[in-house]
Amino acid sequence: MENFQYNTESIIEIKNLKKSYGENHVLNGFNMNLVEGENLVIMGKSGSGKSVMIKCLIGLEDPDSGTIRVMGKDISQLNHDELDELRTEVGFLFQGSALYDSMTVRENLEFPLRRHTKKFGVIKDTTPLVMEALENVGLANTINLMPEELSGGMKRRIALARTLILQPKIILYDEPTTGLDPITAKEIIMLMISIQKKYNTSSIIITHDVDCARAISNRMILLVDGINYVEGTFEELITSNDPKIQAFFK
Amino acid sequence: METILKIIRIFKSFLLDIGELSLFAGRFFKEVLKRPFEFKEFIRQCYNMGNRSLLLVAVTGFIIGLVFTLQSRPTLQEFGAVSWMPAMVSISIIREIGPIITALICAGRIGSGIGAELGSMKVTEQIDAMEVSGTNPFKYLVVTRILATTFMLPILVLFGDAIALYGSYLVENTKGNVSFLLYFNKVAEALEFGDLIPATIKSFFFGFAIGLVGCFKGYNCKKGTAGVGLAANSAVVFTSMLLFIIDFIAVFVTDIFYDL
Repeated sequence: MENFQYNTESIIEIKNLKKSYGENHVLNGFNMNLVEGENLVIMGKSGSGKSVMIKCLIGLEDPDSGTIRVMGKDISQLNHDELDELRTEVGFLFQGSALYDSMTVRENLEFPLRRHTKKFGVIKDTTPLVMEALENVGLANTINLMPEELSGGMKRRIALARTLILQPKIILYDEPTTGLDPITAKEIIMLMISIQKKYNTSSIIITHDVDCARAISNRMILLVDGINYVEGTFEELITSNDPKIQAFFK
Repeated sequence: METILKIIRIFKSFLLDIGELSLFAGRFFKEVLKRPFEFKEFIRQCYNMGNRSLLLVAVTGFIIGLVFTLQSRPTLQEFGAVSWMPAMVSISIIREIGPIITALICAGRIGSGIGAELGSMKVTEQIDAMEVSGTNPFKYLVVTRILATTFMLPILVLFGDAIALYGSYLVENTKGNVSFLLYFNKVAEALEFGDLIPATIKSFFFGFAIGLVGCFKGYNCKKGTAGVGLAANSAVVFTSMLLFIIDFIAVFVTDIFYDL
């Protein structure tokens, strides 16, 4: 990814985030910030707290302590309606796509649209928006299919289209290439880059995939034992002599 | 000693379940009155639960009516009381057998279905996706399902009762040459509002219990895909137990008002 100009304010700011499940301390004071237009990759071992962090960020999990500010708003201070409104600006691509099984592709995409009348007004005909989102991911011909009729890669693309339909400013990707073959994974990475360029979104990408990190990151954070172990560009990290850092790239 | 500790643990977990179920029910009553009302999804659930259970309820009701009459006939014949058959069958079916059997069938079909569906939505993060997209998943998934079971079960019970009575009539017609008009006249003579109204009210509670437990087990499903099976299974077991408890209470309450 080309060099990124850090001349704008933080769009997401996390300070001293802590989260435990019983005796299992998952996050132990995690800090990060994301600036507008930036792609931040977070890498870490399984169970290191990456997914928990991203779920705290969108309000799906409540942190034990610490502050999370998204677009200047402290999410712990928001009521349910305010949080919902903020969520229209933050898209989330789930690891397993999380498409609604009982709905067609069209209904999956329409679902968030019909609920955010504040942002879009009452939309009588959703077809143009649905088609635009599907064309963005190259799957306009799947509009009437059920999720079970789609391959893993197609599901991931449709999930991305569902995320895009709300025109978010920030997209959170939870392991976007996990479980996909290398060719499909590369297609998804290319798609993520093209979306970022087209809509100037800011992204947090959680991944184990070194190729994905190389292709998309402006900056990376390695998460070890619930804290940010190191931060830097892909090149800085891959050339590091620290064995803990090297372990991620082998 | 170990057995006693195990029993205490099971009892403790049962009480915890009851406590969590009560909180879940409380949340239902809080959310049910809030806007937006998911009317379209409610209708869809009514169709899924009502229409698609009709055949099962019909077959079961028919067989119960048939078998019940066949089994009772010889005894009534011994006492020369065969003419009491329509009254006896109709009161038994309307008051007790119809509601409880239909509810048990629906607990198996609908309750386990809800448990498995919501459980799999939970483990595949569809519920999280719904929340992220700005929808209240509790309102969309839970409230609509509980309302659908609550309103559909009494209808299914009445339908099942009618089919069971028809099954009973067929036996009477074959064995005793009783006409349709005579049989159902006797049924109408025997039945009172005191039989029908408490049974119908009871069915609303049965429906509520089926929806509530199914949703509770599915919505709180843990342990991945294995948890989905567990949610479906425990939804049926827990609901069946709850149905008998509700039935027991309903009989006492009915006795106060109608002097059984």
